[in-house]
Order: sequence, then structure tokens, then C-alpha cells
Amino acid sequence: MERLLKIDRRIIFVFVAAAVTIPLLIKFDLPVIATKEVRGIYDKIDSLSEGSHVLIAFDYDPASKEELQPMAIALLHHCFKNNIKVIGMTLNPGGTGLADSAITEVGNEYGRKYKEDYVFLGYKTGVELVMINMGENIYSAFPKDFKGNATTDMPALKDVQSLQDFDFVVDLASGSSIEAWIAFGKEKYNFDLGAGCTAVIGPDMYPFLQSKQIEGLMSGLKGAAEYETLINRKSSAVAGMSPQSVVHVLVVFFVIFGNTLYFMTRRKK
Amino acid sequence: MDKKTDVSILTWILVAFCVINIFFLVTGKLGFDAKGLGIITAVALTLAMYSFLYKDNPVFKIAENLFVGVAMGYWIIITWFNILKPDVFEQLIVPFFKDTGNAPQYIVIIPTLLGIFMLLRFSDKLSWLSRWSFAFVVGLGAGITIPNFIHAFILKQLTFDSLIAGSLPDSINNFLILLGVVSVLIYFFFSLEHKGVIGGVSRIGVWFLMIAFGASFGFTVMARMSLLIGRIQFLIRDWLGIIQ
Amino acid sequence: MNFFKRTIPLIIAFIMGIMMAFQYYVPHEASQSLLKVVTRWGITIAGFAVFIGAYSLFHLHWNKIKRKVPGWGYSTFVFFGAGITIIFGLYNGGEFFLHDKQEGTMFDWMYFNVQVPAGATMFSILAFFMASAAYRTFRARTSEATILLIAAVIVMLGRVPVGALIWEFLPPIADWIMSVPNMAAKRGILIGVSIGAIATSLRIIFGIERAYLGGGD
Repeated sequence: MERLLKIDRRIIFVFVAAAVTIPLLIKFDLPVIATKEVRGIYDKIDSLSEGSHVLIAFDYDPASKEELQPMAIALLHHCFKNNIKVIGMTLNPGGTGLADSAITEVGNEYGRKYKEDYVFLGYKTGVELVMINMGENIYSAFPKDFKGNATTDMPALKDVQSLQDFDFVVDLASGSSIEAWIAFGKEKYNFDLGAGCTAVIGPDMYPFLQSKQIEGLMSGLKGAAEYETLINRKSSAVAGMSPQSVVHVLVVFFVIFGNTLYFMTRRKK
Repeated sequence: MDKKTDVSILTWILVAFCVINIFFLVTGKLGFDAKGLGIITAVALTLAMYSFLYKDNPVFKIAENLFVGVAMGYWIIITWFNILKPDVFEQLIVPFFKDTGNAPQYIVIIPTLLGIFMLLRFSDKLSWLSRWSFAFVVGLGAGITIPNFIHAFILKQLTFDSLIAGSLPDSINNFLILLGVVSVLIYFFFSLEHKGVIGGVSRIGVWFLMIAFGASFGFTVMARMSLLIGRIQFLIRDWLGIIQ
Repeated sequence: MNFFKRTIPLIIAFIMGIMMAFQYYVPHEASQSLLKVVTRWGITIAGFAVFIGAYSLFHLHWNKIKRKVPGWGYSTFVFFGAGITIIFGLYNGGEFFLHDKQEGTMFDWMYFNVQVPAGATMFSILAFFMASAAYRTFRARTSEATILLIAAVIVMLGRVPVGALIWEFLPPIADWIMSVPNMAAKRGILIGVSIGAIATSLRIIFGIERAYLGGGD
């Protein structure tokens, strides 16, 4: 039994790889039901009228791409489908390329025009300083967009002077930017905020949900899958839910099996 | 396992990788263009990273160091195009040489100088000047933190729902939330000796914390597995084309 | 000289801190303008921080190469990766770096085909090690560890679609764990951490906390 407890960890690795790969190859669908946290963001965007302004902060980098990029894409589909003007930005230098590609690809899919229907403002450093500066005047923080165009008089930003003028702001975060958006953005300049984050920081966001400092929360690939289900456009996040389920069952099995072996060997001793 | 086995495993993987890619290039499944070669490069790096699961090895280390270098290079260039170029170069320097319709923004000299001072941290003689820059940024950060944190994270978070709610389960939940917050705060309050009533309450705090840490562990497993799922999707969908 | 090296930085931090803390309570136009100007300056100053990061990284790897420490050869790849990315970035698809950033250049290619896959994969490796840890070290040795373990198992199963198929009450129990005990504990931590951040801010403003000054006199 002790030998079983001390098996080569690479055997465990093989099990994990199989638990992820096989469900993707066999492909079986499991029902993904949207939670009220994810529905909070969906309902908010759905309630916005055509031409409303939504700011999406892509505050993540390649390390969290697999969780947050599907979320960003689902969110963008919803916005562009509803003819909402999308303004993108990032506080993470590693996120610029991912944000730019997501916003451009989905925008093109719906035939939306850059500068008129959407714009990517690019990256600024200083986190809370950027938020406060945008809260005072968005053109001060971003005099130019990611491509170098002057932002003043840009049709996509018509009627937007500061953060207060956005109908909804969504932060997609892999770090502590949601807290910063709450403290230095939402609470200071009073706008509706939604959050999407990696599953690692998801549990830390629940106090803000309960205090209604965020309208809704998407956490991890599961959150993205729920959003894909809500917009009726099942893609990589929904496809990822079957391997996610199988691998979770495997990890739970490991925990139970490991503990059973441990206590049996201890009793023997 | 000895070195010989490791080398033969590496060789076979390399051969398989080359054969598959040559096959894809010849059959036109992957184009001999930026996109096709990009996918091959991305797959090579993905597999190089995963080779760490077998054991720490030179291929992994090369990929790791290359990644660190590229990420730093990207950060530098993005900072130039997004911050230094539009906010300093074009506002302060360009108007001297070109008629942009705008006068040079002399006020930009102050943050530019403070930014340059910050870099003097590495100088032996002038590193003291960097303290001025750090003092500016740190003082500014401290100043804005105090009122905003009090408002957003203390006053707003200390608002609890009534214990007499519409239904019994809601009332119990509201009570549990109050108990949890108070007991966790008492647990963290080390100025009081954790004995008697305080000790009992702080023990309840530990239970709440354990449930929260358990939830965080569960979510962390979920996060890491999602990343793995994404990479496997990339390999079998974008590269091998086995799934749609 | 001590005045310039020590006293002035402390005065700057004090003035900035006090001014910005009080600014919050003064909703006057002049006060708003001040906030706009100093945060704008802060963004520009923070932009230069990239070079501090770059210096630290390159210095570390240059020393490894110079001293020929074991594995120094790998450090050359840091310079190789950074070098070609910076060169492609400055070349900017033939437009060079004084013009606006061009799309679809070799610089973007490096990002999408080197940085993105390598970065995404590096962190996914942890998936395997977490599974291994779950099997080898995650033990219900004490009552606290048992509570943690049970919560983790319920959340892991309740948050994925298969949870409802195993037992229909798993998802609602997982939701309850998240929004009641987890929420309460995280709120306690949040309040505690915020009090700590406020205390640190006060210590900085009043010159008690001086770590940002660095070493030396």
C-alpha cells in the first residue's frame, strides 16, 4: 500500500492528461446552466439600448488567456450583436495583443467599423492612477488609441467624457484590478461595474457581489461557458466543460483514494 | 532512468514532431506562411514547456528563458508605443521639430524628469534622486488609498443585511455572515489573547477560514485545469485538426 | 546633502499623501484639476518603471553569463528573445518606431507565437502538480484540514456540470458555501487587509515607513 502512495508522479500526470484529452476527442455534452452571478452581467448588457457605451478592461495576459479570452469573446459577441459601442483598454502590457485581436475579430464578424462602433485604447500603466484619470477625463488618460489615432472627436466615444458616461464597465482580470476598479472607479465615479476573473481569484470576489459593488461575476472557464450558453453561441468554453468535469472527478478521486490509503497504512503501523 | 534513455526519448519526440509538421506542410494542411509557421512555433514551445513534466531538461529551460526575454521585449515596446511615445515624445519633443498645430507641453517635463530620476536608482552617485520619484508615486498612492479604501472596502463592506429577513433560511444566512465576518476579524486581531470567549469566537473564525480556503483550493484546481484544457484544445484542434 | 537625500523625499511623500487624502473630501473644480494633473503625471512616471524591470532582468542574466555560473548558456536566450522582439518592435514593419504601431508585423508574430503559447502553457503545468498534490499531500489529519477538504470536494464537484448528475443538491450546496461562509471569511480578510493598507499608507505619509527610500544614507 505504501508503494501505491509513493507512485511516480508522472503516472498521475498521465491520468490527468488522459482525463482532459479523451473527453475532448469523444465529445459529449453536459448541460451548462447559467448561475445568477453570470446572469447579472448578461442581463445588464441585454438591457442596454443600441448605441450605449460599454468599456471592457482586458486586464490579463497570456498566462490567463485560456480562461479569460473565451470570456472576452463571448462578451464581445453579445455587445456587437446588440449594436453596443465597445471601448477596450488594458492595464496589463501583456494583454494588448490579446485584447486587440479579440475586439477586432469579433467586431469584423458583425461588420462593425473601427473608430465608429468600437475602439481599442491600448495600455496605460499605473492602475488606480489610470482609473482616476479616466474618471476625471478619459481623453487625458488616453489622448491616442492603440493604433495612434487621436481619441477626441472619435465617433465611438461620442458623448463620453469620463468613466461616469459609460453605461457599463466590465473588468476582465487576472490580478487585483477588480478591487482597484471598485475602490478607485465605481465607488468614486459611480458607474455600473461587472467583473470577469480567473477562477483563482473568483472566491475573493463574493464580498463585492453581496455588497452589490459588482453587478455580476464570471469566474474561470465555467463562467465563460455559462455566458456562451446565455448568448446561444457555444464555443471553446462550453466544449471545455466535459473535460473539466472529468478531471474534477479524477482529482476528487485522488483526494479520497490518497486519504484512504494514508489512513489504512497509518492504522497498520 | 539514465541519460541515454532521456536522449532517445527526446530524439523520438523530435522526429515525430518533424514528421507530422512536414506532412502537414506538404499536404497543405498548414501553409508555408506566417500563420502555418506560427502554429508550428507555438506547438514547439507548448511541447517544450510540457517536457518539464518528464523532468527538468535543457529544452524546457531554453523555452522558459526565451519566453522571459520575449515578454520583456514586448513590455518595453508596448510601453514605448502606448505611454512614452504619445505622452512624452509627441507632446514634448515632436512640436519642437514639426508643426503639429500644438505647442510643446512644457508641463510634461516634470513627470519626465521624475521618470528619468527613477532610473538613477542603479547609479552609485545619483541614486538619491530616484527617491524623489518614488516619494512622489508612493505618497500619491498612499494619499488616494486612505479615503477610497475606507469608503469602498470598510464602510461598504460593514453594511449587513437585517437578521430578521423575509424567510428563515435568509435570516440564518445573514446571521452566519455576521458571525463569520466578526469571528474572522477577531481571529486576526492579535492584540487580544485568544482565551475564553475570544478564543471560542476566534475558533469559529478558523472554521470559516478553512471553508473559504477549501473553496479557494477547489477554484484553483478549476483554474489550472482550464488552462490545461485550453492548451490541449490548441494542440488537437489548431495543430492536429482532430476536433473542430 | 542629507536634506536633499532624505528630508526632501519625506516632505514630498508627506505633501502628496496629505494633499491627495484631503482632496477626496473637497469636490471643488480646482481640487479636481489637481487630481487630474497629478494622476496624469503618475501614469507617465510609472511608464518609466519598465526600464527598472528590464535592468533588473538583464543585469541578473548578464551576471550569470559573466560569471559562467552553471546553466549560464540558457541566459543567452533571454537576450536573444528580448533582442529580436525589440528589434522587430523598433523596425515596426518598416515604418520604424517613431511612427504609429503597425499591425501584423513580425513583432506581433513573436507575441502570438512565442509569448502567448509559452506563457499560457507555463501556468497550465501547475494543473498536473495540483493533481499530484491532491493525491499525495492533501490529508484530513486534523478537524480543520477535514473541513477544508470537504469544502474543496463539494466546490470542485458542485461547480462543474457533472456535479448535478452526481447529486442534484451538490450545485446549490456549493453555491451556498461560496456565498455564505466563503463570502463571510473573505469579507473579514478584505476588511483586515484594507485596514492594513490604510495603516501602511499613514506610516508612509508620516515618514515612519521608509522602505521606498531604499538603502544608503
